[in-house]
Amino acid sequence: MIIDHPLLGPRDAAEFVCLGDASLIERPDGRADDALEKFYQYQFIRDNPDGVHRELWFHEYGDRSWLVVTRNTLTHEIYNVELAREVAREMGRGR
Amino acid sequence: MTQRFRIGGGLVDRSKTLRFKFNGMSLEGHTGDTLASALLANGRRLVGRSFKYHRPRGIFSAGPEEPNALVTLRSGSSAEPNTRATTAELFDGLAASSQNHRLSLNFDLMAVGDFLSPFLSAGFYYKTFMWPKSFWEKVYEPAIRASAGLGALSGEPDPDIYDKGFIHCDILVVGAGAAGLAAALTAGKSGASVVLADEDFQIGGRLNAETHTINGKSGTAWARDAVGELEAMENVRIMPRTTVYGSFDHGVFGAIERCTDHLPSSNGRPRQILWRIYSKRSVLCSGATERPIAFPGNDRPGIMLAASVRTYANRYGVIPGKRVTVFTCCDDGWRTASDLIDKGVRVTAVLDTRDNVNFPQVPGARVELAERVVATRGRTGLAGIKLQRGDWIETDCLAVSGGWNPNVHLSCHQRGRPRWRDDIAAFVPGGSIPEGMKIAGAASGALTLSDAIGQGRSAAAEFASDLGYRTEAESKINASDEKTGISAFWSVSGAPGRAWVDFQNDVTVKDIAVAAREGYRSSEMLKRYTTAGMATDQGKTANVLALALLAEQTGKSVAEEGTTIYRPPYTAIPIGALAGRSRDKDFRPIRYTPSHRWAESQGAVFVETGNWLRAQWYPRRGEAHWRQSVDREVSETRRSVGICDVSTLGKIEIFGRDVGEFLDRVYANTFNTLAVGKIRYGLMLREDGIVYDDGTTARLGKRHFVMTTTTANAALVYRNLEFARQCLWPDLDVHLISATDGWAQYSVAGPNSRDLLRKVVEPSFDLSKENFPFMACAETTVFGGVPSRLFRISFSGELAYEIAVPAKYGRSMMERLMSVGEEFEATPYGTEALGVMRVEKGHFAGNELDGRTTALNLGLGRMVSKKKDCIGNVLSERPELNRSDAVKLSGFKPVNRSGMLTAGAHFLSPGQDETMGNDQGWMSSVAYSPTLGHSIGLGFIARGDERRGETVRAVDLVRGKDVDVEIVSPHFYDPEGVRQRG
Repeated sequence: MIIDHPLLGPRDAAEFVCLGDASLIERPDGRADDALEKFYQYQFIRDNPDGVHRELWFHEYGDRSWLVVTRNTLTHEIYNVELAREVAREMGRGR
Repeated sequence: MTQRFRIGGGLVDRSKTLRFKFNGMSLEGHTGDTLASALLANGRRLVGRSFKYHRPRGIFSAGPEEPNALVTLRSGSSAEPNTRATTAELFDGLAASSQNHRLSLNFDLMAVGDFLSPFLSAGFYYKTFMWPKSFWEKVYEPAIRASAGLGALSGEPDPDIYDKGFIHCDILVVGAGAAGLAAALTAGKSGASVVLADEDFQIGGRLNAETHTINGKSGTAWARDAVGELEAMENVRIMPRTTVYGSFDHGVFGAIERCTDHLPSSNGRPRQILWRIYSKRSVLCSGATERPIAFPGNDRPGIMLAASVRTYANRYGVIPGKRVTVFTCCDDGWRTASDLIDKGVRVTAVLDTRDNVNFPQVPGARVELAERVVATRGRTGLAGIKLQRGDWIETDCLAVSGGWNPNVHLSCHQRGRPRWRDDIAAFVPGGSIPEGMKIAGAASGALTLSDAIGQGRSAAAEFASDLGYRTEAESKINASDEKTGISAFWSVSGAPGRAWVDFQNDVTVKDIAVAAREGYRSSEMLKRYTTAGMATDQGKTANVLALALLAEQTGKSVAEEGTTIYRPPYTAIPIGALAGRSRDKDFRPIRYTPSHRWAESQGAVFVETGNWLRAQWYPRRGEAHWRQSVDREVSETRRSVGICDVSTLGKIEIFGRDVGEFLDRVYANTFNTLAVGKIRYGLMLREDGIVYDDGTTARLGKRHFVMTTTTANAALVYRNLEFARQCLWPDLDVHLISATDGWAQYSVAGPNSRDLLRKVVEPSFDLSKENFPFMACAETTVFGGVPSRLFRISFSGELAYEIAVPAKYGRSMMERLMSVGEEFEATPYGTEALGVMRVEKGHFAGNELDGRTTALNLGLGRMVSKKKDCIGNVLSERPELNRSDAVKLSGFKPVNRSGMLTAGAHFLSPGQDETMGNDQGWMSSVAYSPTLGHSIGLGFIARGDERRGETVRAVDLVRGKDVDVEIVSPHFYDPEGVRQRG
């Protein structure tokens, strides 16, 4: 596979490490009353769709960016590649 | 007489005679021959024995589809079994031998299996060797393995080297026949960068095997001119002897180039190169493969694919027989007859299964329409064929044509499913073709020459303009088009005798009928049950025939039946090529610490820790056993001072306004409050609450921390920190640099470490206990100005420091420490002594952090701060992880002090049965403590912290040990920490 890095252009997938579902960005608040249930869902309950999936990839043998790759798990077609930091900010994550 | 089957013409260079050996017999051929064509030129028809029945087999084809002529090339460590003689290029001195027979090729003892064949039908192994079960491993399997099989590996290391390479291009053209050459010319002229790859050593594909003309030139001459034109273009790379074996995602292709297989020796050059080709577009011009017809006795040497027979005549100037007959169901078979007659070869008869054919003149040949072959004879080579009407024809070569199967393979590697076309009775590429690929020529089902050239040109032109290159209108091509009429004919029915479908795996028409009768009615099931198409040729000649026969059995059409899935590789790839240079010591990169050479000069024994090589111990003269060296290193360190290379520990520099806050979130304990110039031990959790790493982190400045990680987890911790920084808290002002390789670091441990270091760091630096206490850090200089970092931390439990210098000064630092340490009798120590001292001190390490242990298990439950949110905090509170009977890190001493403990032992109470239900925990680390004079261990045992003094059994069923041990504190040595604070 080739991942079109937003900063570096097309790079071979072998340069990356795949972590999985991009929902891992949405880490719950550990101080909330229902934190245990929220973290249980966050850590252990994931979708594993056959089709379009948003995934976290780390450019380990490159610039060490975390990327959100929107990919079809059946065809390996890649629709979109974004910097995870920007995605995280759009999701409302900050400090 | 040599080469009695050689005739005139062809592309072999008769001025160059090559000598080679087959089964020890000396033979001759010419430059341009394959091993197969040279064997045929010498009249060698019998070249191998079949896999299951040991049937005599001959050369069947002239290409990579060959099922029969598998030979072992070369000998000794260079021996390569299962090589197709039809693709092996002849060279002077080549030695080949046949496979899969006992005694000799002509008289094979194992051929007795052939007489037992009525009992060896489809599913035979599954049905027969079921009982008794215990016989499978000891009796049946060894016997089957001894009788079946192909060539044998040498069992020696491969002496050749293999490389890997990467190529980027605009347009990849796979196959350099008429379509591929036309595509490459069009693409090349446009200015696009082009790679043209072909598995053959002679570019031109079937142009070299046929007698076509293009614009009045012979096909061969046209191909030669095209190659000349392409070679003159700087943007075109022609790669002969290169098989594109797989089509992967996003225009990536795998290819194998055979660089020196056609030479007597590699002479130090890589034998093969595994290429990864990155293409923007690709044109698949892989041609087509002829398929056989199944009829009784169709596997005798001398029965060949019809187009291959004329390939031998046209390209190699070799005739596979002197009285040739043709058996066909399509117009293409007739070309073999007319080409041979044109060359003066005697064609005895042409049999066509069709009843109404407009056929060419075949002077001298008996022509029979609506006829078929019902039997053959000849023990080790064809002698005659029997017609349906009952008479026999004397013949030594039967050319069989069942039509052409487009080579769709590479179009299928991305979920493509071939589509059946009735008009050409063949599967063509269908379903989802790889993105950016077009198929041209015979591979697409375009079976005439002018169609092939036209398709190649238009595919290339369209792609070139897609990519922004300009193409010009091309001159008209005038090609001699062949007739392509066919009426599908799969097998001769109603005649007795075995008819072979898959020659290499010995699958017959009857096997397929049996499979269908027994309910294996889908193509995928059929394949697995009968093994049709599962041999090394992957059924290139057999698959479609087998599917068609299955369709007949199940009453479906071939289109409905569909094909099995084609997967890479298209042809076999040697494991050596896939490994490339990654073998033996080069399997993965080796990382050496900056003072590695110094350690070598001291005779250190090294151990692999991840990619690193670390000194394990430093043997001295007179020490016969590693324990002697390690015991000495521990004792000397505790007595005076020892020095250990700890450069491999992960080091991460962290800068920014929010570093303290950031560390509070990634460590379980608090860091925000750490003063500048101080160090704190930190525990890192996974988000699921399990401890995964630990280390010390030093605050060098208000906004500058240096984190250390374990050697094994350096990359993982860094990755996780980046995740936290970029994905979880993107607006924290935190910046990371991996500095593991940047610094060489040495532990200086023991009562004399302070005095030793005073002679190393700049004289003005005050090392006194008051100024530089335990867990202090500072930046200073050494060698009169080289920057250095000093950390007062202790893993050994002694007064100890770690000193870091830029990596390039590592060896100098080690040498300096040793030379100024002479007066203290400083001892270098390795990872074993390091491990012994940490067990004595009760520090946990990788053995304890096995992915199951929590801070509570480690006795550090209170370190997980409940005042803040940090990674792993919430899920560490899961009830199951906080059971009152949770295991706790404890120390263990053998009750009988001379007893030796073993890691991996499980704890049981006295008298308990050795069952999982009674299991109370496990021993994770053991060491012989020279300090205490007996074996000690660390381990986890239920409620261990409340059971000090209790005796339990450490049972190691694997090593057969059962030792009574006392549960003690894990801190065996200086539990109050007086020494390290000294």
